[in-house]
Amino acid sequence: MSVAVSGGVPITAARPASREAYVEDVVRAFTIATMFWGIAAFTVGVLIAFQLAFPALNFGLEWTSFGRVRPLHTSAAIFAFGGNALLGTSFFVVQRTCRAPLFGGALPAWFIFWGYQLFIVLAGTGYLMGITQGKEYAEPEWYTDLWLTIVWVAYLIVFAGTLIKRREPHIYVANWFYLAFIITIAMLHIVNNLAVPVSFTGTKSYGAFAGVQDAMIQWWYGHNAVGFFLTAGFLGMMYYFIPKAAERPVYSYRLSIIHFWALIFLYIWAGPHHLHYTALPDWTQTLGMVFSIMLWMPSWGGMINGIMTLSGAWDKLRTNPSLRFTVTAVAFYGMSTFEGPVMSIKPVNALSHYTDWTIGHVHSGALGWVAFVTFGALYYLVPVLWRRKGLWSQTLVEWHFWTATLGIVLYITSMWVSGIMQGLMWRAYDDMGFLQYSFVETVAAMHPYYIIRGMGGVLFLTGAIIMAFNMFRTIKHGQPLAEDRPAGLVAAE
Amino acid sequence: MKFSHAIVEKNVVILALLTLITVSIGGLVQIVPLFSIETTIERVGGVRPYTPLEQMGRNIYIREGCYVCHSQQIRTFRDEVERYGPYSLAAESMYDHPFQWGSKRIGPDLARVGGKYSNDWHVAHLKDPRAVVPESIMPTYAFLASRPLSVPNIQDHLKTLRTVGVPYTDDMIANAAADLKAQADPDADASGLLKRYPKAVVGKFNTESPELTEMDALVAYLQMLGTLVEFSKLQPEDLHQ
Repeated sequence: MSVAVSGGVPITAARPASREAYVEDVVRAFTIATMFWGIAAFTVGVLIAFQLAFPALNFGLEWTSFGRVRPLHTSAAIFAFGGNALLGTSFFVVQRTCRAPLFGGALPAWFIFWGYQLFIVLAGTGYLMGITQGKEYAEPEWYTDLWLTIVWVAYLIVFAGTLIKRREPHIYVANWFYLAFIITIAMLHIVNNLAVPVSFTGTKSYGAFAGVQDAMIQWWYGHNAVGFFLTAGFLGMMYYFIPKAAERPVYSYRLSIIHFWALIFLYIWAGPHHLHYTALPDWTQTLGMVFSIMLWMPSWGGMINGIMTLSGAWDKLRTNPSLRFTVTAVAFYGMSTFEGPVMSIKPVNALSHYTDWTIGHVHSGALGWVAFVTFGALYYLVPVLWRRKGLWSQTLVEWHFWTATLGIVLYITSMWVSGIMQGLMWRAYDDMGFLQYSFVETVAAMHPYYIIRGMGGVLFLTGAIIMAFNMFRTIKHGQPLAEDRPAGLVAAE
Repeated sequence: MKFSHAIVEKNVVILALLTLITVSIGGLVQIVPLFSIETTIERVGGVRPYTPLEQMGRNIYIREGCYVCHSQQIRTFRDEVERYGPYSLAAESMYDHPFQWGSKRIGPDLARVGGKYSNDWHVAHLKDPRAVVPESIMPTYAFLASRPLSVPNIQDHLKTLRTVGVPYTDDMIANAAADLKAQADPDADASGLLKRYPKAVVGKFNTESPELTEMDALVAYLQMLGTLVEFSKLQPEDLHQ
């Protein structure tokens, strides 16, 4: 893998001397890491999906039991796949839109790359050994959290430093979203992970907060891992790659201002909708619900701005592989940001909470929005970064698109059915006024849907493997860009 | 003077500061009052810190990711109260670092599982869930029954918990190692333990091993869940938040 990253691509060195070279090796590394961790995350997801259908797949081993592997899947998907995609694209986008190479050059960027991979490996291997804080999406223990904080501060410095030395008068809108993502994740990460280690030579720590306050802080963090990691960051991606691939300016400048500020203001309030009808005081729950519903508007502001950028360029959906993925992603974004506010309404949440409906909702966002916008960005990036005329195979892109889309459809429809069914079974009463179903009857009823969901996951994973193969062929055997040849000759003199 | 967004777009520091302020407000409004409003945690009696063995069992519960499939939070609905027991109070998790309310019920809620099944049932179920509940999809945890519970620094655990706000007394910390053993040793004198931790369930939980095992700790924890508050003695006004 490292050969593909650092070797075989002499073009950067061949840039005209009058222009400072962009730092691109590290973006290439992030691109490959994104593909690698994506396939890892989807594979683990398929495993745990089938564990719920066939518990023998837990293998009777502590390291492979669902409780330890599920955090591996969620962290791999969010932080490894999504995180590498965000870091890589943000470094690509900030350099191009600022017309300036990364602040500090290649070295700090490589520290961020390897530091981030180390964070992923520390966190993931820890889960399998049972090292966890027991807070969803914030499972890494104190030492891993500290390490990530160091890497993240370096990331903020490089990103903001590049913005400062830009050669454009304005900071481009994609960078507002990336910056908001970096700042807010820092705030959430530090507060939610405040903990006191039992000893500095051991892994175990106890969190600073307890009970109801811990629950509120955890979901303030948890929902905004969605809001800022999986939304704001990826909106930054959307704001670069859709206009670029469509060769059209962003649909509405004014809308981008309004929905940016509204989105980042409102999102942070939405956490309590994870705690409806719990011991969290009612006033907090209601605030969380009201802001979650309001959040629908700025979310759709982003969707409208993304999709309408294609005005007059809709034909490109047929020919441009990147656009097809990014635009479908924005459509899924619109769908799941409508579904989310609906599910945050207390009576709806009474049914949906604790069920697979939530899991389906998360995956329509994670597979449909986050992964698809990333795939779109990767299909754009790989030919550009490796100076290829285009992708090795357009047909394989078609195959990827349709297998992945079918996979998502199977996933979310099966989870809608099983979630709503389970919610209804839990509250069903018989004619005598007794609860109609025992809990385990509801578990048994979900078996077929767990299998369908698992098959959806297999399709999605298959699509990602097709993509990785296509990318590999593009990098290794793609036609080089013609214009680079003379430049290469000049540099050789 | 007319405000122009261009000012924000041209200055990284202003953009970053405005962003930080904007994203701070919601959290401040929702989180800070939960610490300052006294009625956030209901004033009910009976809630106490975990015994050393229960706390170690809780750590195993966290280590194995039980919260991934089991909630510990009964919502205020008729069907949940009938299925699981009285709805959960904030007071009941006031010493939980971290909280384990969960977000998904792949398995049933465990907030009041304490006392519902025998120790033997729990051990058999954890070792092989399908031997007891054929339709169960839970992983097997047989290794807990044979793995000795080794916590040489149990005092440090309690001291750390005291640092983050759990009211462990000097007496509790001094006797931590003895209490850890006594709770699962039928031959030990448990009177001191029960004085320090009322309602603690004492007994050899895992009868298949003479040693103190991780299974003992986990079952001791499960058997106390939701048992501390006397709901029959509560008045509605006690529960006002």
